[in-house]
Amino acid sequence: MNKKHTLAVTVENKPGVLTRVTTLFRRRGYNIESLSVGETENPTISRMTIVVAGDEKIIEQVTKQLYKLVDVIKIVDLTEERSVERELILIKVKADNNVRAEIVQIVDIFRARIVDIGRNSLIIEATGDAGKIDAIEDSLKPFGILELVRTGKVAMIRGGRP
Amino acid sequence: MQLNGAQILLHCLKEQQVDTVFGYPGGAVLPIYDALYDSDIRHILTRHEQGAAHAADGYARATGKVGVCIATSGPGATNLVTGIATAYMDSIPMVCFTGQVGTALIGKDAFQEADITGITLPITKHNYLVEKTEDLYRTIKEAFYIARTNRPGPVVVDLPKDVMERKIEFEPCPQEVNIRGYRVLKGYNSGQVIAAVDLINNAQKPVIYAGGGVIISNAAAELRELSELRKMPVTTTLMGIGSFPSNSYLSLGMLGMHGTRYANYSIGEADLIIAVGARFDDRVTGRIDSFAPHARIIHIDIDAAEIGKNVDIDVPIVGNVKEVLSAINQRLSQVEETSEWHEMIGRWKDEFSLRYGTSSDGRIMPQHIIEKISDITRGEAIITTEVGQNQMWAAQYYKFKHPRTFLTSGGLGTMGYGLPAAIGAKLARPDLPVIDIAGDGSIQMNIQEIGTAVQYKLPVIVCILNNQFLGMVRQWQGLFYGGRYSYTDVSQQPDFVKLAEAYGAVGMRVTDTQEVDNALNEALQVTDRPVIMDFWVDREADVYPMVPPGGSLLNMLGGE
Repeated sequence: MNKKHTLAVTVENKPGVLTRVTTLFRRRGYNIESLSVGETENPTISRMTIVVAGDEKIIEQVTKQLYKLVDVIKIVDLTEERSVERELILIKVKADNNVRAEIVQIVDIFRARIVDIGRNSLIIEATGDAGKIDAIEDSLKPFGILELVRTGKVAMIRGGRP
Repeated sequence: MQLNGAQILLHCLKEQQVDTVFGYPGGAVLPIYDALYDSDIRHILTRHEQGAAHAADGYARATGKVGVCIATSGPGATNLVTGIATAYMDSIPMVCFTGQVGTALIGKDAFQEADITGITLPITKHNYLVEKTEDLYRTIKEAFYIARTNRPGPVVVDLPKDVMERKIEFEPCPQEVNIRGYRVLKGYNSGQVIAAVDLINNAQKPVIYAGGGVIISNAAAELRELSELRKMPVTTTLMGIGSFPSNSYLSLGMLGMHGTRYANYSIGEADLIIAVGARFDDRVTGRIDSFAPHARIIHIDIDAAEIGKNVDIDVPIVGNVKEVLSAINQRLSQVEETSEWHEMIGRWKDEFSLRYGTSSDGRIMPQHIIEKISDITRGEAIITTEVGQNQMWAAQYYKFKHPRTFLTSGGLGTMGYGLPAAIGAKLARPDLPVIDIAGDGSIQMNIQEIGTAVQYKLPVIVCILNNQFLGMVRQWQGLFYGGRYSYTDVSQQPDFVKLAEAYGAVGMRVTDTQEVDNALNEALQVTDRPVIMDFWVDREADVYPMVPPGGSLLNMLGGE
């Protein structure tokens, strides 16, 4: 069954490593749903959080192929793990005086924040798991979304590893 | 001591026990060639960088050592690409050094700049751009280590000119390679070995399906022991040819698209397939859902990603083929009797032996030439091939006995591979006859390398099976495109005898079946230069039997 998997991929923090990973996905015909990369507590190591859809066999192949890249150090599939997942979204929404109050209410409900106020628009920042991010996007759609950007997911396992 | 980058490179090559490199100079590698001027490393100057890559590949396949080639930046590097991809598909250990413009010019579209690490990313096991002379020693050491360990493959090391020119205080240090994302696989799961032994002991109709991994891990002896202990028949892939002696009664020859009928029928009937160092390629399996329908499958491979990639496996064993086979063999008891299974296979072998008809136009049958080469060299030569009908006839009709004697571009299917690979093989094994089985189409893709063979006095023999067609493509046009022979007539061709002579090689033309023996014997007497033999073969001869693409192994055309 096709299901979204979140892979935490620890890689060497070197030029070209992102290309190696994305090239592999393209070449083998797997689609990246979201990807975020950043340095870890160790500056020689980066961590990629990759969301990929596929059945167990595809995920197994993805993992094995990734492991063959010399610059890939470790891969953890966070899908089955107890993990914290977060994504950040910035939404610029149309907001004249008639609707501002209503938007502020929605922002409060989602524990989001208004980070910029323009003459006819607001920029709203929200973090949360994919479900929450989708929900806030849907709630603001009726007001007219002018611009939207999502970071892609980052994730981490809760507590200590058993 | 003070050394520049190029001198450090040569120091590393000596440390890696490299005695021969193949290459072609150019602006960005001038420092390397300047250092080579004083070195006792043998440098073979090819006529094209693609030739250098294939020659290094042929050298690697014939010896098991890492093949090394050098090319300059830009077009020099891009000319290596087909050779690198060829090696990658067949898991051949190679390190390719490419020149690069100076570090200050990288990214500026400088003269002869090409992003070769970017270009070769999907066709190398790994690649490097060396940015500092200080990184050179460690990088080159890693490159060789990665190229030859686990599942081998080509590694590109891109060397900017200033990195090669800069002098640093150099201290060779014997430190071990330590790459945190790359570990050499040791051991295997012994529970899986026991499970495999159990399946083998209970199988009534087992077949061993051996691939190139057996040759790469030098496991031909272990394979033979496995087969002989339990009297299990062995079929090989194209890449596995030579891993099992074709004159054994347990040999089924090659399987797959142009395999023997009896090999494919055995797969169809088997209750156990033992896949050893093979990857269930589409040319082997035919239609995947009808491959080995009654069999449980044991798959032994060093590359975990191969397991379950194309077919579901009952007992996967990730490990070095040689180690795993000897562990299995230790747990097996000898059986003496041959079973009904062998009788069944024996009947297929009698009924469906490889065969070919008589000529339709009075010319020589190409299969006959291969049989003669096989007889005269007693299966002891190194055979390289080009790609197409010539390659398949060589695979079918030459009686190979030893690993590392059949060098062919199996995965990528590279026309133009055979001649430069033969040059590499002859340099590696001057004691053996080296024969390139070629087509008149393929040979023209790298024929310039005959000049290399003349320069280094290498008596390689090129046997052109000349039908004046791009025969394999034409065969498919005849079978699957209603005989619409679109652009496969290459009868406009040079006089290969005159061409050979123009290069300083021996040229021979053979047009009569009766002359084949003598001509081959004569060619094998030449010791100081290459020979091009232009055999005029039956223009309509095709390769059979054949599984149509996407078809089941049981539905073969021809060879009945």
